[in-house]
This record gives sequence, structure tokens and C-alpha cells, in this order.
Amino acid sequence: MSEFVDRLMARANEDGLLDVAYATVDTPLGKAAVAATPRGLVRVALPNQSLDEMLTRLAAEVSPRILEYPARLDEARRELEEYFDGQRDHFELPLDWRLSHPGFYRRVLRATARVPFGEVITYREAAQQAGNPRAFRAAGTAVGSNPIPIVVPCHRVVRSDGEIGNYGGGPEMKRFLLHLEGAV
Amino acid sequence: MAHALPPFQAFLDEHLEPVGAFLRGMVGPNDAEDCLQETFLAALRAYPRAEKRNLRAWIFTIARRKAIDHHRSGARRARPVAEPEELVDSRTGRQGSGSLDGALGMSPRHSEIWAAVAELPTGQRAAVVLRFAVDLRYREVGEALGTSEEAARQSVHEALKKLRESAAELKEMAR
Repeated sequence: MSEFVDRLMARANEDGLLDVAYATVDTPLGKAAVAATPRGLVRVALPNQSLDEMLTRLAAEVSPRILEYPARLDEARRELEEYFDGQRDHFELPLDWRLSHPGFYRRVLRATARVPFGEVITYREAAQQAGNPRAFRAAGTAVGSNPIPIVVPCHRVVRSDGEIGNYGGGPEMKRFLLHLEGAV
Repeated sequence: MAHALPPFQAFLDEHLEPVGAFLRGMVGPNDAEDCLQETFLAALRAYPRAEKRNLRAWIFTIARRKAIDHHRSGARRARPVAEPEELVDSRTGRQGSGSLDGALGMSPRHSEIWAAVAELPTGQRAAVVLRFAVDLRYREVGEALGTSEEAARQSVHEALKKLRESAAELKEMAR
């Protein structure tokens, strides 16, 4: 049946019916999942996050036309593998931002996306770069709701008191990523 | 969220095998795969507007239309005969509990009877295939065909009457 399914997927993709494609990717901390629309990478689910929950949310918030079609995610998977191997310090992937709230939240995430490999900023600085320095709590919420972690490196946003702060993938993953980048 | 559609991948995983069995019964093993492609491609196209409350009835309705289109197009190269081993449920590895041979009181080697299924009118054939190859209950057969449980039962009843006549002929010939 798998040949049948491959043919179905390829035709669905050609006909522009594949609104969301997803695939899994191995990381040193377990299996992550990545999802892309025709515009670009739309969601990364970290190893501690549920694949089913990711798919259910994508079905509700983007489109229920979701299929496991790794071909669309070849580049994303390759870049993530290189990153975890220490061979890559930035991503060159088109992003689809539609799962982040437009406005302040998205500006915070765009600021987050500009923080270079190996560096960190505080929540307050993220708020400032998004145009509202006093909204550091809202900046924390924005960073915490990041739909595309790792590629949009929300792990590089930390507390001003030196603590690393919360992370959707769990604090040990945040510590692991910052360590991988030589930032702690 | 309670009435949200499941991701299409989950829908596909759930329905691919039973719809495949249905189409093998409807158009035969040679053409079933093409019909199955057309069915799920059409389903994917229409999926955001799918009947959420009964996705199984919805996909079987599409499959039945594709099977009818297939016959109309005259693409029928071989007789639409499904070999019984192809009608075994691949998930459970068992033949539909209400196997057609059982219903007709025939041993499996008499499953040439599927050739006679191909001669049935489309509605009756669909009902027989859904009941015995896909192993749906009458209520579910009715839902898949857009008719009542009673009408589904009646279709199968009439079909079995015809098939019994064919079976009797087969037995006669085997003697």
C-alpha cells in the first residue's frame, strides 16, 4: 500500500491539495516533528510535545488537508540535523508565520529570529526590539507561544537575572541548546 | 474543536483498507487501485467541506460514485471480479465475519460466486460488497449508500436470492 500512498501524496501535492505536509526528525533529545505549508515551515513540535496535538491544532488552525509527506520537509530536516551535529549556525528556510498572532507577538518573534547563534537577549530586550520596552511580560508570552522553536530561536531569550527562564521544550532542552551553541 | 475534522492523514489511515476492499469488489482488482486514487484525491479536494458526523458514509459515497463513473466510462477491461483472498481484512487478517460463502452455504472453493456478484445491479452489488467484503453492519451499509437500514437489508436479500441461483448452477456444473 505504501507505493499507492506515495503516488497519492505526489498527485495531491501537484494538484495543490496538500495544505500541510509533516514529517518527523530525530534529535539528540528524541523525535521532533516539522510541518510546512506551501509558503514555508509553519510548526516545529519539540520531542516533549505531542505529534497528535500538533496535527489536531494544525487541522483546526490551518487546514485539515494534512498528510505525512516528508519530501516537502527534506531541506528543513537536513538543516535541523546539521544544526544538532554542530555543522550549522543559522537556518535558510522560508517561514510561514501564520500561527503567531500578528502585531506585538509576531514582532517579538521576528526580533527573536534575529538573535545570532551563541548569543542571548533578555525578555525586556525582546520587548524593546518589538517596539514596547515595558511589555516584557507580554514578550515572555509571545516567546512562549513560538510555533517554530529552534528555527526561530526562542531558547536564546533568557531572564535578566541570569536564570535561563521557561521553555516549551522543557528547561533541560533549553539548557542543552544553549550549551550546544556555547552560550552557557 | 469537538466537531473539528481529523487531520486527513488519520482519516486516510482509517479508511484506506475498507474502501480498497469495497472497490475491489465493485470494479475488480485490476482497476481498483485507480479508482482508489480517484476516490481519495476527490476526498482530499472536498475534505474541508466533509460531512463531519459520518466520515465513513461520506468516503463510501465518493467511492461508490467513482465505481459507477468507472463502469460508465467503459473502462471495464476485465470482469469486475474480486478474488476472495483480496477481500480479507488486512488489519485483522480475517475474512469478513459474514463471508459471502457462508451466507450462501458454499465452501470457499466455490468463490467463483464473486463473478456472479459482478453481474448484479450496481446498488445491490454495492450492498453485498459492503456487507460481506467490508464487513459493515446493515445500518452502516445503509449510511454508506444513503438509504435506510431496511433498504440495505432488502438490497442484500434480493442480491443473495440471485446469487443463490448462480450458486446452484455452479454446484450443478461442479458435479
